[in-house]
Amino acid sequence: MSAVQTEELVEVHEVVDVAASKKARLISGSVLVVVGLLCLLGFGLGSHAGYEARFQLSQPGARIRVPALVLPARITSIVLGVIVVLLGLWRITRGGSRRAMHWVVGASIVAVVVSFLCWSLTGTRGTSLDLLGLLQQTIFLAVPLILGALAGVLCERSGVINVAIEGQMLAGAFAGALIGTVAHNAGAGILAALIAGGLIGALLAVFAIRYLVNQVVLGVVINVLVLGLTGYVYDALMARDQNTYNTPPGLHAISIPGLSDIPILGPLLFQQNAIVYAMYVLIIAIDLALFRSRWGLRTRAVGEHPKAADTVGIKVRRTRFVNVIVGGLVAGLGGASLTIGSALPFGKGMTNGKGFIALAAVIFGRWSPRGAVGAALLFGFADALQNVLSFIGTPVAIPSQFLAMLPYLATILAVAGLVGRVRAPAADGEPYVGR
Amino acid sequence: MSETPVTDVASSSPQPGGPPSRARRAAIWLRSTHPVMLTALAFVASIVVGGILIVITDTPTRKAARYFFSAPGDTFSKAWHAVSQAYVTLFEGAIFDPHTAFKGTFWQALNPLSETLLNATPLILGGLAVGLAFRAGLFNIGAQGQLIFGAIFAGYVGFAWHLPVVVHVIVALIAGVVGGGLWGGLSGWLKARTGAHEVITTIMLNYVAVYLLGYLLTENGFKRSGSNQAISRIVDSNARLPKLFPEPLRVHTGLIIALLAAAGVAWLLNRSKLGFQLRAVGANQFAARTAGMDVGRNYVVSMVLSGALAGLAGCSQILGTNTAITQDIDAGIGFTAITVALLGRAQPWPTVLAGILYGAFQAGGVTMQSRTGTPIDLVNVLQSIIVLFIAAPALVGAIFRLRGTASTSGQQLAKGWNG
Repeated sequence: MSAVQTEELVEVHEVVDVAASKKARLISGSVLVVVGLLCLLGFGLGSHAGYEARFQLSQPGARIRVPALVLPARITSIVLGVIVVLLGLWRITRGGSRRAMHWVVGASIVAVVVSFLCWSLTGTRGTSLDLLGLLQQTIFLAVPLILGALAGVLCERSGVINVAIEGQMLAGAFAGALIGTVAHNAGAGILAALIAGGLIGALLAVFAIRYLVNQVVLGVVINVLVLGLTGYVYDALMARDQNTYNTPPGLHAISIPGLSDIPILGPLLFQQNAIVYAMYVLIIAIDLALFRSRWGLRTRAVGEHPKAADTVGIKVRRTRFVNVIVGGLVAGLGGASLTIGSALPFGKGMTNGKGFIALAAVIFGRWSPRGAVGAALLFGFADALQNVLSFIGTPVAIPSQFLAMLPYLATILAVAGLVGRVRAPAADGEPYVGR
Repeated sequence: MSETPVTDVASSSPQPGGPPSRARRAAIWLRSTHPVMLTALAFVASIVVGGILIVITDTPTRKAARYFFSAPGDTFSKAWHAVSQAYVTLFEGAIFDPHTAFKGTFWQALNPLSETLLNATPLILGGLAVGLAFRAGLFNIGAQGQLIFGAIFAGYVGFAWHLPVVVHVIVALIAGVVGGGLWGGLSGWLKARTGAHEVITTIMLNYVAVYLLGYLLTENGFKRSGSNQAISRIVDSNARLPKLFPEPLRVHTGLIIALLAAAGVAWLLNRSKLGFQLRAVGANQFAARTAGMDVGRNYVVSMVLSGALAGLAGCSQILGTNTAITQDIDAGIGFTAITVALLGRAQPWPTVLAGILYGAFQAGGVTMQSRTGTPIDLVNVLQSIIVLFIAAPALVGAIFRLRGTASTSGQQLAKGWNG
């Protein structure tokens, strides 16, 4: 995937990296074995024998009904645990390329999640899980994360660290709610959100690229600034007259004819609002553009080796400027999904760490659009699961806080190199003095 | 787009015809980017931006602006009223309040200053924490998590153990230092062992700490029994930091601890072998390694020390200012501490001054909000704008037409994720 495609740019590095070192294989393989054993012993043997895990796959009113998926809980958990152990052993003994490791990690995550769900359903006999609802909730919660993560990828691939995703999203959510309400028009709100996110992006760009301010510091300070600005206007204006300033119009869900009738996928992906469809387009466009277009090649060149890029005539600082501002626009749209996209009023500090989860998704997804989207979906799923688990009553109560921690813990494990190596663009965060 | 960094004109160009006169030297100094001057100008700029924000959102001003062309004076007088009211009350809440000063006791008159120092205490400690890590070449964005861990440890010892006077508070302080140090050290250890970037791990550990605290506040033994709210048990009176002055004044011995910590950090950085090593690693890790220093160990040590200082800030919060832990025990201090450290240029005594300035903002903001209804969030705006300007001396230079850009504090810290 991304690793292979960057090869054209940093060939030497990739050649060194393709065959992971023995030590790295041992570590990541052992981690998988341990996780597999935990799965096997904890979820497999920990669940009551003879219980069935029932997953509903369609809603009561759906045109095409899909029968519920029924799995023998204990056996499924055990089998999946064994699979993860075997994958770990395979990793230790045979190794495999980085590309193979992506699939191994992906498959292991899915196996662990499914075995966990099976276990969680054995608390009381006869409970079933509305899997479709859970997945819909996942998408809903993942939309801002995905857009924020894409913004991060755009910035960081060009060599500018974006810790200010949180601030850009908050500005977008704020401007979307305020302008959308005042103009009585969701479209105007979205436009305002884009502009607000872009402005914060421009602020980041000017200080990072023009004035060479340290980008991490800058991101932190911009977050505080946006929190202060939006909080101030919220208290001074919006909270005093919610009707005039803070009742943003929502977006209607649009069913795409044909596609929306596909079982499971239809209600999941094709009965969404305009922001979500824009997100699909952005995911595909950014992934394609980054690896298949002239702009993408330049962006990656500037992020990996600005001096070399400068030598061949690429305008380093201008490229970064453009990328950071476009990133801000995307993050602003992510913010709009919180207010306009959900028809919810703006609340003080309503992003509440979502920008940092998006940053985690960028890192966990190894600075590639696909990886970041996958990570954002995973984190959205962890978030959605919190709500569901409190209903179904697991065999052992799981405090919601631990599920909420998962994205952050997963990211720490990823940067610590426990599951493969995470490597940022080589010049990420280093200002370039020149053109 | 092709500016090169401007060299320091003010100090390097000798005047033709003998040494410059005193007046001329003063003029040069005023127009150079001396750190003090720079801070003052950044302060002015933030006040201006804050004023604009106040005017835009002030309802009477906006009403007057609707008939601006028939009576422009109205708009200006309303705007002036709003801005001056806000800043005057900010001053009254932070330094001296003529409304209450002459009504109560002598101590009453000192109340604004006491509130300023009370708010400054954790900010100084947090600023020292972030600054110490800066000097060692590390970005500790995790003061929030370390503060929370310090507060959890100190608070737990404070309410779960029952020890004699003096002993209890000391043990609780040690617990807080250990808690913060462990949480900070974890990031340092991860960096030393695996190369994981400390910015990423500290940000992530912040949230882990937040959720861990959220979990603890639902657990019996930690949570206050019989309360519906997420609040911990009350810290024993033996474990509390004593107040410095009689009744209405809330400033406590945490301030003394913060000043001692500043002295300690100053000594450590400038006078000790360990401090020299930390700074050497911070300046150039490769050179330090070549000189035979253990860079990994230095990362761990500086993050432990940094975390310990943030843990002390947590102690100040839970043993001094408050008596029980709630979900917002951090109160934004963890992130404000970063701005304090930047304003103090990562040096101990300037950090103390920066902490007091931001403490004054915080204290004044409360009074401003309650008296004029101007939201306290204005303080966040002022603080972050000051730091933005400080971090970009070239920008201040451009706005105020200063000569030269002596300091580029941000640049020496500029490093990427892979650094």
